[in-house]
Amino acid sequence: MKINKEIYLCLFALLMLVTVACTNNAEPTKDGVPSSQSPQDMILATTTSTQDSGLLDVLIPLFEEKHNIHVKTIAVGTGRALAMGEQGEADVLLTHAPAFEEKLVESQDVLNRKRVMYNEFIIVGPETDPAGINDADVGAAFQKIYETGATFVSRGDDSGTHKMELDLWAAAELHPTNETWYLETGQGMGSTLQLSAEREGYVLTDRATYLAHAKNFEHMAVLGEGDDVLLNIYHVMQVNDEKHDLVNGEAGELFVEFMVSEQAQKIIKEFGIEQYDQPLFFQYTD
Amino acid sequence: MEIFIDGIIKAIKMILSGDKEVFDITYTTLQVCLTAILISTVVGIPLGVLLGLNSFPGKKIVLVFVNIGMGLPPVVAGLYITMLLWRSGPLGNLGLLYTTHAIIMAQVLVSLPIIIGLTAAAFQQIDHKMLMQIKALGATGFQRIGLLLRETKLAILAAIMAGLGRVLAEVGAAMMVGGNIKGDTRILTTSMVMEVSKGNFDVAIALSFILMSLAFMITFLLTILQQRKQRV
Repeated sequence: MKINKEIYLCLFALLMLVTVACTNNAEPTKDGVPSSQSPQDMILATTTSTQDSGLLDVLIPLFEEKHNIHVKTIAVGTGRALAMGEQGEADVLLTHAPAFEEKLVESQDVLNRKRVMYNEFIIVGPETDPAGINDADVGAAFQKIYETGATFVSRGDDSGTHKMELDLWAAAELHPTNETWYLETGQGMGSTLQLSAEREGYVLTDRATYLAHAKNFEHMAVLGEGDDVLLNIYHVMQVNDEKHDLVNGEAGELFVEFMVSEQAQKIIKEFGIEQYDQPLFFQYTD
Repeated sequence: MEIFIDGIIKAIKMILSGDKEVFDITYTTLQVCLTAILISTVVGIPLGVLLGLNSFPGKKIVLVFVNIGMGLPPVVAGLYITMLLWRSGPLGNLGLLYTTHAIIMAQVLVSLPIIIGLTAAAFQQIDHKMLMQIKALGATGFQRIGLLLRETKLAILAAIMAGLGRVLAEVGAAMMVGGNIKGDTRILTTSMVMEVSKGNFDVAIALSFILMSLAFMITFLLTILQQRKQRV
C-alpha cells in the first residue's frame, strides 16, 4: 500500500498548500482600515486605452481609499462596455464613443453622463509613407490610402476607435471593408498597432496607446494628427439602477462624481508628462 | 534576441526584489490552479474509476461526452460560465462573475474531463483475470480499489499532470470570467496577454519564465512521484 499512500500524501500536500493560500488571502489587505465593514463591489466597464495607458492604476486606488468601494475594472472595447451597461452587467462606464453613448442616455440605460477628458486619434503608418498621406487632412489621407491600396489595419472589434475609423471612411464616402489591403484584427489597440508595424500598414490609434508602444517599432511614424474630427472624447456615466436590480447605483454615482472632481482632473492633466514628456489626456469637463 | 535576454534579467530582478504585484499574481495563479486541479482530481478520479470498472447501458455515450470534454475549448467554457454567472443569468445573484471562484469553475470544467477520461481509460485496461483474482483472494471493496489505484498509478498521475497543464496554460476563459482585475483576478497568463497589449514585452517574458518555472516545479514533483520504483 506504500505507493497508494504516496498518492494521498501528494494530494494532501496540495490541499494544504491551497488551504494556506486561501486563508492568507482572506485577511484584509488594507492596513489601518477597520475590516468590520467589508467594501462593496463596483464593476467599471471601460475601454482598453484607459487601462493600457496606466491611468486607471493611478485613479482607482484613490477612489477605493476614499469610499471603501472595491472597483472591478473590466477593460474591453467601448462597444462591449456599452453593451455591458445596457444589460446591467456593469455599474459605471468610462467610454469614448459619444454618438453611441447618447443612444443609451436616450433609452435611459445610463444616467448622469459627464464629459471627463479628451485626447486625439492619430494616423500612424510606415515612415516611408507609401500612400503619401503626410500633411494631408484626414479625408484626403483616407482617400489616398484607398486609391493606392496601401495596407490599412483596422481594429474591427466594435471599439470606440473602430467606430471612429468607420465614421471617417463613411465621411469620405469610401467602403474599404472588402478590399484585400484592409485587414481587420478584432483585437485591442496594442496588438493591432503591433500587427500594423509588422505588415507596414496604416492604422488609426489613440495617442496614448501609440506612445506606450512607440519604443517597440522605430520604422513607424505619426502621419496624420491635429484635425478637429480626430478628437477622442471620453465620458463617464452610471448605469440606471432602476432598470436592473443588481446594479450598484450609489457607487456608480460616486465614481462619476470622483472622475470630474478636481482631485481626479489634476491627475488626468498631469498623467504621462513624466514618462512621455507630454500629457496623454486633457481635462475636458462640462 | 536582446529582448529575450532583457526578459530573463527582468524576471530575475522582479523575483529577487520581491515585487509585490508579481508576487500577488503568482500567488493567485497558484491558488486558483491548485484549487481547480484538486477539485478535478478529487471528483474526477472516483468518477473515472466508476466509469472504467463498471459497465452499464449508455456507457459508450458517456465516454463519448467525456472525450469531447477533453477537447473543450477554454473560451467555450468561459463563455458558458459567463452566461451562467452574469447578473441577468441564473446564478447572477451570487455575484461570482469576475472573481477567482469563476476562474476556478472554468478551469475545473476544462480539466475535469481530462482526469475522468484518462482515469477511465487506465481502469478499462486492467486485466479482467487480475480483477477476478483479487476478488477470489477475498479483498474488501476498499482494498480492491487501493490495489487497482496502485496498479494504475502511472496513468493516474499522468492524468493529473495533463489536467494541470491545461489549467496552467489556460487564458481565454480566465480573461473572460475573471476580467484580469489588478490585485484580484489577475493571473500569470492573463497579465501576460495584458503586458503584450501594453507593449511591455520584457515584463511579459519575465512573467513567462515565472509561469514556466511553476509548471516545471510542480510537474517535476509529480513525475518523481510517478516514476518511483514500486517497493513490494
